[in-house]
Amino acid sequence: MSDENDTVLKASGITKQFPGVLANDQVDFDLRRGEVHALLGENGAGKSTLMNILYGLYKADAGEILVNGVPMHLSSPKDAIKHGIGMVHQHFMLIPVFSVTENIMLGSETAHRKNKTESVFATLDRKEVAKIVSELSNQFGFQIDPEALVGDLPVGVQQRVEIIKALYRNASILILDEPTAVLTPQEAEDLFRIIHELTLKGVSIIFITHKLKEVLSIADRITVMRAGKVVGSVTPAETDEHQLASMMVGRDVILTVEKTTAQPKEDVLKVENLSVRDQRNLETVRDVSFHVRAGEILGIAGVQGNGQTELAEALTGLRKSESGKIWLSGHDLTGNSPRAFTSSGLAHIPEDRQKHGLVMTYTIADNMILCDYYHPPFSIKGVLQQNALDANARKLIANYDVRTPSPYVDAGKLSGGNQQKVIVARELSREVRLVIANQPTRGLDVGSIEYIHKQIILMRDRGVGVLVISAELDEIMSLSDRIAVMYRGEIVTTVDSSAVTREQLGLWMAGIIPEKV
Amino acid sequence: MDWRRFGFIAFIIAILFGTVVIVGMSQEPPILIIGSMMATTIAVATPLTLGALSGLFCERSGVVNIGIEGMMLAAAFFGWLASIYMSAIFKFPIAPSLIIGVIAAIVSGGLFALLHAVLSITYKVDQIIGGTVINILAVGVTGFLNRQLFFDKSSVFHGEVPHAAGILPIIHLPVKEGITALCGLFGSSDGCLVTANAIGKIFDQKPIAISAVLLVFISHHILFNTRWGLRTRAVGEYPKAADTVGINVIWMRYSNVVIGGCMAGLAGAYFTLESVPSFEPLMTNGRGFIALAALIFGNWTPIGAWAASLVFGASQALQINLQFFRESIPPEWGFFQNAYNVGQIPYILTMLILTGIIGKTTAPAADGQPYEK
Repeated sequence: MSDENDTVLKASGITKQFPGVLANDQVDFDLRRGEVHALLGENGAGKSTLMNILYGLYKADAGEILVNGVPMHLSSPKDAIKHGIGMVHQHFMLIPVFSVTENIMLGSETAHRKNKTESVFATLDRKEVAKIVSELSNQFGFQIDPEALVGDLPVGVQQRVEIIKALYRNASILILDEPTAVLTPQEAEDLFRIIHELTLKGVSIIFITHKLKEVLSIADRITVMRAGKVVGSVTPAETDEHQLASMMVGRDVILTVEKTTAQPKEDVLKVENLSVRDQRNLETVRDVSFHVRAGEILGIAGVQGNGQTELAEALTGLRKSESGKIWLSGHDLTGNSPRAFTSSGLAHIPEDRQKHGLVMTYTIADNMILCDYYHPPFSIKGVLQQNALDANARKLIANYDVRTPSPYVDAGKLSGGNQQKVIVARELSREVRLVIANQPTRGLDVGSIEYIHKQIILMRDRGVGVLVISAELDEIMSLSDRIAVMYRGEIVTTVDSSAVTREQLGLWMAGIIPEKV
Repeated sequence: MDWRRFGFIAFIIAILFGTVVIVGMSQEPPILIIGSMMATTIAVATPLTLGALSGLFCERSGVVNIGIEGMMLAAAFFGWLASIYMSAIFKFPIAPSLIIGVIAAIVSGGLFALLHAVLSITYKVDQIIGGTVINILAVGVTGFLNRQLFFDKSSVFHGEVPHAAGILPIIHLPVKEGITALCGLFGSSDGCLVTANAIGKIFDQKPIAISAVLLVFISHHILFNTRWGLRTRAVGEYPKAADTVGINVIWMRYSNVVIGGCMAGLAGAYFTLESVPSFEPLMTNGRGFIALAALIFGNWTPIGAWAASLVFGASQALQINLQFFRESIPPEWGFFQNAYNVGQIPYILTMLILTGIIGKTTAPAADGQPYEK
């Protein structure tokens, strides 16, 4: 489908320096007509920087970009659009209060007209553009209502609006930045079909991701980046997940979590008919019942925004439940304060580590006693004991492999992986009976993910009950002993992890409910 | 703009009008009272309407503007200064002096807004602080120059306030005549003639008041139906998204803040060139803040903000029109006997409305946030 003479985009020697980081170091990248070229790398490897340079959002310090053999000078995205480059950002660049049509025409309001130089105060041609939007959307079987407000559309559809937005601007090169991060497995399948159709029409695609499986299934070529440099380019035929992971991380990685069969004992967490409302007063958790036993890991699978956040908040005392009961090691803690939960043996690894897990402007040492600061040995008669605090921090930093020059560095200065290790150290080093880990590895690099998974399994093997909430199917599949699937605030099913496939889980997460057994 | 909000506005205006009608009914036909109430309402709502439009352009593009008050005050002063300079020093006739005054007011409003734009867009100063700077600066500059020019014997005016050029005149549209002629076709009944008189009053407005009403509808069209408006709103909702489709966020914000400043400048001209032919320190008297309240109550839409401005205008019109019927105020209406009490109504309304009794309003999502790539 593509050969080397058909290069549509060629970037060579791209270098970009940010204060303290060399984000791109002599990066070479090329794209051929009609191919899917995946760009693989961990967070901070420099993928997004490279793409933002190609799209004109950042200016490269050095290097050259050729589009169809012509050098391109980019000072704003306008120039990239002019050269036929479109980008679908990881966080959609759509305005929720605008209609689909308005979002698509924004910035190129008169693209459909012959006379493009008219006054900025001329009336908008909403109807004309809506017609073009409908045509484009029908061409790919999207069925998008051009009048709908974008904020009312599901994320999968919003992504399609982004794709149409690029096509409306006649993009022949499409950059997709982590496009599957927000999709269910089924939606991702649909996206892959769309990508395939686009390539048949001659569109060339740059596919940015850190997910190994999808790269192998969709890419024609794969380029791996690490620490700002290109590590190498391969084709799916000549590589496998293991090799790609090693290229990404720079060392051998164990991808599959090794664990023995669970030895579950008594219930440590019991939830009965729990209902919770969110801040908009919508019932986002509905009549949920389940239990977690000591020595097992229960995984809660589900696409983000199906009530997991509110469920975790209710189970840790951060949010009042509407109705239902919560027992922790046999004590009814319904309606109690977060401290009652933690002092009854709950460890909580929250979803948003920077907002709820750490105080970013406190030192590591202070962050490590957030649960225990009020009692000895850390506090005696209301005075903090610096020696105890220091000893505790040094011990945990050593035991949990936190990479930091000193315990007195602000938590905000650490990398994401190290921040998560500080939280894990604080939570798991206490006397705990139950661990609730919400998206414990979101945004982390492969190395840190490996470490955190090991710690979670270690806790299980010590006889602690673990509840893992994650939108990553792989994480749920590899960690859990049992899996509960959440959809629209309800637990639609609970199964043994050995008795279920990825595909089945994907269907349940999309609300296609299994027959009750 | 939801209907509940408009309903509430209509209800308040009906109460305010009704009060005057009940008091004055024994002296004048109700239709005439309503006509003059409406005329006064539209006229006194002018600085609020323009002030709200000023805030609208700023905030729709993502820049909070609490400096409307200061921009108005500065424009009121410089507009007036320019006009008396023209008439007293250069001996210009009245009309060109006034026109130059209005232009000077618009320009000085724009310049003060430019300062706000530099502070809040380029230097990313907290926009509330930036707006406060504008307000304090305007009080200081106008107060200082007022003293220096009109109380210091060595000034160009020899320490005296010169005779003013006058104020902008009413533009009389032949509405009353037209309706009167129509009445003639139906036998010129008394009721018809009184109605003609009442409606005629409403249309007898001065130039800035007329511009304000026209600008409401022009702004509505620009904001919701033009490329400029689409981009302005995009920049105020999600500037990053606008940036990624090639819109110059910084330029859009600068332009809109300056356009807003010019609107505030025109509002300032109302005080010294259309309402009264003099300048008093602090004469804007909080109108800039009430305008901001109208903008919020109108949910950041031109027509909504105008409707809200009319509520405040009506409460001021109540105060003005009640004076004509002072002796007819029933003795048991103690509150209305005291002119000071009545004068508080606009401010009380502002507080009530801002407590959010009538539903939630939604500000532009990126309002007040500096844009950083």
